[in-house]
Amino acid sequence: MRRFSKIAAVALVGALALAGCGSGSGSGSSTSDGSKAVADACKSSSNNQGPKVGLAYDVGGRGDQSFNDSAYAGMEKAISDVDASCTEAKAAPDENDTIRAERLRTLAEGGFNPVIAIGFIYSPAAATVAAEYPKTNFAVIDGYSTTIPKAPLKNLSDLVFAEEQGSYLVGVAAALKSKAKHVGFVGGTHGDLIKKFEAGYSAGVKSVDPSIKIDVQYLTEDPNDGKTGFENPTGGKDAATAMYESGADVVYHAAGKSGLGVFDAVQTAGDGKWAIGVDSDQYLTVDKAQKPHILTSMLKRIDTAVFDYVKANADKSVKSGFVAYDLKVNGVGYSKSGGFVDDISDKIDAAAEKIKSGEIVVPTDPAKVK
Amino acid sequence: MNLAKRAALGLAAPVLALVVAAVVASLVLVGTGDDVAGFWKTLLTWPQGRNIVNILNASAILYISGVAAAIGFRMNLFNIGVEGQYRVATFAAAAFAGAGWLPGKLNTVVAVLVAMLAGALWAGIAGLLRTTRGVSEVISTIMLNAIAGSLVGYLLTRVGSSTGNTRSTKQIEQGSWVGGITIFGDSPTKLFGLSLVAVVVGVLFWLLLNRTRFGFDLRASGASETAAVASGVDVRRMIVISMLMSGAVAGLIGMPTLFGDAHNYGSSFQTGIGFAGIAVALLGRNNPVGIAFGALIFAFLTEQGNLLNILVGVSPDIVAVTQGVIVIAVVIAYEIVRRYRVRLEQASVGEQLEAQPAPQPKEPVS
Repeated sequence: MRRFSKIAAVALVGALALAGCGSGSGSGSSTSDGSKAVADACKSSSNNQGPKVGLAYDVGGRGDQSFNDSAYAGMEKAISDVDASCTEAKAAPDENDTIRAERLRTLAEGGFNPVIAIGFIYSPAAATVAAEYPKTNFAVIDGYSTTIPKAPLKNLSDLVFAEEQGSYLVGVAAALKSKAKHVGFVGGTHGDLIKKFEAGYSAGVKSVDPSIKIDVQYLTEDPNDGKTGFENPTGGKDAATAMYESGADVVYHAAGKSGLGVFDAVQTAGDGKWAIGVDSDQYLTVDKAQKPHILTSMLKRIDTAVFDYVKANADKSVKSGFVAYDLKVNGVGYSKSGGFVDDISDKIDAAAEKIKSGEIVVPTDPAKVK
Repeated sequence: MNLAKRAALGLAAPVLALVVAAVVASLVLVGTGDDVAGFWKTLLTWPQGRNIVNILNASAILYISGVAAAIGFRMNLFNIGVEGQYRVATFAAAAFAGAGWLPGKLNTVVAVLVAMLAGALWAGIAGLLRTTRGVSEVISTIMLNAIAGSLVGYLLTRVGSSTGNTRSTKQIEQGSWVGGITIFGDSPTKLFGLSLVAVVVGVLFWLLLNRTRFGFDLRASGASETAAVASGVDVRRMIVISMLMSGAVAGLIGMPTLFGDAHNYGSSFQTGIGFAGIAVALLGRNNPVGIAFGALIFAFLTEQGNLLNILVGVSPDIVAVTQGVIVIAVVIAYEIVRRYRVRLEQASVGEQLEAQPAPQPKEPVS
């Protein structure tokens, strides 16, 4: 028994240490000076007179140069423009709705108003807590929280995006730039959210040339395993490398921090190969050596949504229920940094106009892409 | 040794472990440049009513997980597969209960049995592989964990329905929910009704270990497999049965949350309890009472982690480090105290021998 527990302890500690290394190397490239400098923005704003914002992140949090950082960019703008202040709460791995609800409660009780939960996973927790604190406003990015309570709550909003529309545009760009007539898509977890990116992208590619081959790879089939899906640059690199080696020349990722691995892969793959970023304008944050390969990024304006929401709180004009960010309100789009899509931007913009006018309805389910 | 000395020695190990863990955690905090005083002040504030309820719920769940792991550990079976077992089981129970074939509470009872069965079967695969093919259960359960995640993900897309950006099994009818128990009137959270299952599991585990032939065989096989075989224990049968039992208990892990809070299995369901259970079992030294303390400490740290993060700005990673340090410290502390006790016993035996008249040497010293 004694020997056994020693062995068991060593094994467990080893496993924990290895797990730590895994995530450490993943975030290594992103915990650069950039995110350190940002960390102070929230703390240094504590004397501001505007809304006191509580930000609750999902696992991973800031430093992904994508989803969460985009939310933070919106917060920074709110700090300078409407004199807001903020406190951030980070999630630990493997939480349940009770723990998430408790985080939102602690923020609400700490006098933070509004409380912004970043990630759809907070939806059930936000629905519970919003009912308990009617004087505090809650918003969930990508959420569905407002569908949960039986009667609508006045202090609960879901800020949702038409990811499929933005993905359609970068799909058009990918198809127009692909010489090999072969492109790829790397998704995080195989869940409904990321399927919207895939569906829009495929539809965009097919709209240019239906004969183009699209490789699709999700990093995990387990929808509860966000870690393997979104915090796994090694997995992202392996998936993208396989695609480039099999002939694809443009790969789009919707995989959070795992996408950093896709950029490593495109750098290795060399000239003539492209990668497409997601959520933020990733051209601006990648290493210099990777910049010539970042064709464009699908912009999901979480920053706009966060800023608008904080501003609405300052103006006492918060809208409850679903607040949709689509092409029409510039809630999604594509980036032009680097100038690689300048020659085709008229075609992409034409597609955008067709989506805005309703001529093209972009599917949200990959199974429905024709 | 007298009684007082014994009690002091019994307490020495856990106290030593906690002190070591506290020192190491403080050093880590100094290293990361966090507010050490604020950390301890916040950590040691008495939790509010709702936090106590949360801690109790989390401990109950961790306790069940710890017992599931301990059943295997007691027999030297390193069942790392609790994680996969409870996820398969919870999904099966959620899908079954959501389908609503049975009315009211009957649905609940049968769904819980379905969970135990599913967990047992998933663990049984590893048991069978070990006995028929000699595959180490460490390897097979790790693999089964990975398969479980993907399998459940796949089945969710087949039978689940989507709400917003998530996908889950069908909502369980309200008649089959298990109501919560109000402990504090002002707390918005309630003790999950099925959290009490943890108590039942604990009592049964103690009875099984200490009052049944099976429990004796289990402990005997764990202590020495060869000796157990020599005394007529069918070790292969024991392996399969204890894997099945471990899996069945693992199946219960998800039940309090499923019937008390979530009412479906979906993307936001908690993962990782199986792994936490291993640590809790180690912390409790596979003892029914010890595991309860282990679960309580882990749940307490996790709950206070929220406050630490928001009020003091300490990252939840530091709390995870503290949990890990406690586990290591406990293992080391028990070893040190054991060695010290052995030395004390030797010394006291020596004293007794000296006190007696020296025996006549067999051969005269020349």
